[in-house]
Amino acid sequence: MSRPELQAPPEIYYGDTEAKKYTKNTRNQQIQADMTYRALELLNLPPDEPAFLLDIGCGSGLSGEILDEEGYIWAGMDIAPSMLEVALERELEGDLFLQDIGQGFGFRPGSFDGAISISVLQWLLNAETSHPTSSPPHRLTRFFTTLHSALRNPSRAVFQFYPTSDDQIQLITSIAQKAGFGGGIVVDYPNSKKAKKVFLCLFVGGGGGAQQRVPEGLEGEEDEHARFERRRQKVSGKDRSGKRKSVKDRDWILKKKELYRQRGKEGVPRDSKFTGRKRKATF
Amino acid sequence: MVRLITHNLLACHVKGCTTNNFPLTFQDVQIELQEAEFNPEFVRNLLSRLDWAALVDAAKQVGDTSLPPEEPEMMDDDLLKKLHHVLLEIHVIEGAMTCPNCKHVYPISNGIPNMLLAEHEIG
Ligand SMILES: C[S@@+](CC[C@H](N)C(=O)[O-])C[C@H]1O[C@@H](n2cnc3c(N)ncnc32)[C@H](O)[C@@H]1O
Ligand SMILES: [Zn+2]
Repeated sequence: MSRPELQAPPEIYYGDTEAKKYTKNTRNQQIQADMTYRALELLNLPPDEPAFLLDIGCGSGLSGEILDEEGYIWAGMDIAPSMLEVALERELEGDLFLQDIGQGFGFRPGSFDGAISISVLQWLLNAETSHPTSSPPHRLTRFFTTLHSALRNPSRAVFQFYPTSDDQIQLITSIAQKAGFGGGIVVDYPNSKKAKKVFLCLFVGGGGGAQQRVPEGLEGEEDEHARFERRRQKVSGKDRSGKRKSVKDRDWILKKKELYRQRGKEGVPRDSKFTGRKRKATF
Repeated sequence: MVRLITHNLLACHVKGCTTNNFPLTFQDVQIELQEAEFNPEFVRNLLSRLDWAALVDAAKQVGDTSLPPEEPEMMDDDLLKKLHHVLLEIHVIEGAMTCPNCKHVYPISNGIPNMLLAEHEIG
């Protein structure tokens, strides 16, 4: 089977059935989690500062779940309604947007402390979506330009993606550069057919951290699970301000709204069926 | 979900809409409150990128009037807690956001704002 991005537009490919399948597949969960931890490592955020991050092409929130666990505040966007639907059901903390990243963002300058994007960028090389669109270079330009301005200086954006040729890497990096980014490509396990992973590591300003050099890729040929565990420990080892408290029950929220009303606040919105939904256990 | 932290950073991205395109105006909102862990440091960190007037306005639009109209010089714990609540615990789940300049309407349905543009709106 050819790569998904060659089969159908993203919002069609990730329809209801595929979105559920994608999210429930434990092997897929593990691979996406592994790459998310690695992306966070490459993001190189200052250790003990709480950060506001962007998850580009967040899908059903496999990365978002990790961002929640690690104590980050985040917003995510995706073009596939079915993927966002699954993300909603999984009750993550991040704000979700239905958005075609090839159309660019409207975030104000310096909004985010960093951005990650896992297994998404290759989709931008294929212009086809059900929505109005333009050529891949135009879309990439719009995307990188508006992303660059949405990030703080200094900061980083880390993309894991699946290029199929050096030309594609060339195209992407040259457009990112023109948009003002520094940085470059990091390849983990370049000699392993299975474990090889390509990361585009972009810097705004110096990119933060001591070195402004592009980080080294990982070498060797590791067993994937061992790698996953190691990343996980490494990133989680930081003392993030951490875990969210358990969410209060519906009664608590309704009581609070009642309190607002009694205090005579105008326009307290009516209770909805969503009020205080229980968080489901994750898959 | 749209929390006010995100709303406060969001401007209209319609082609050519570059001035007076912030803040988007909330309409017909339904909200949900969800407790989030209070992290004073995070709130403090955010202050420099927030637009205070826009935040106070947006909070009013979703039924919260706890913030003072002018940004106080000193942030005590009490105020940080109020800010925390306004920024991170109020979730807009239905309604719309309208651009003050070009009037583009971004509908919010089932917690998700639709940011997709029509062909002539793409920059
Ligand atoms: C392989 S999935 C990865 C999802 C998620 N990042 C993860 O790691 O589980 C690729 C995602 O990219 C999204 N995507 C593709 N093209 C997009 C575009 N133009 N704008 C926004 N999202 C897009 C798809 O809808 C899909 O959810
Ligand atoms: Zn506008």
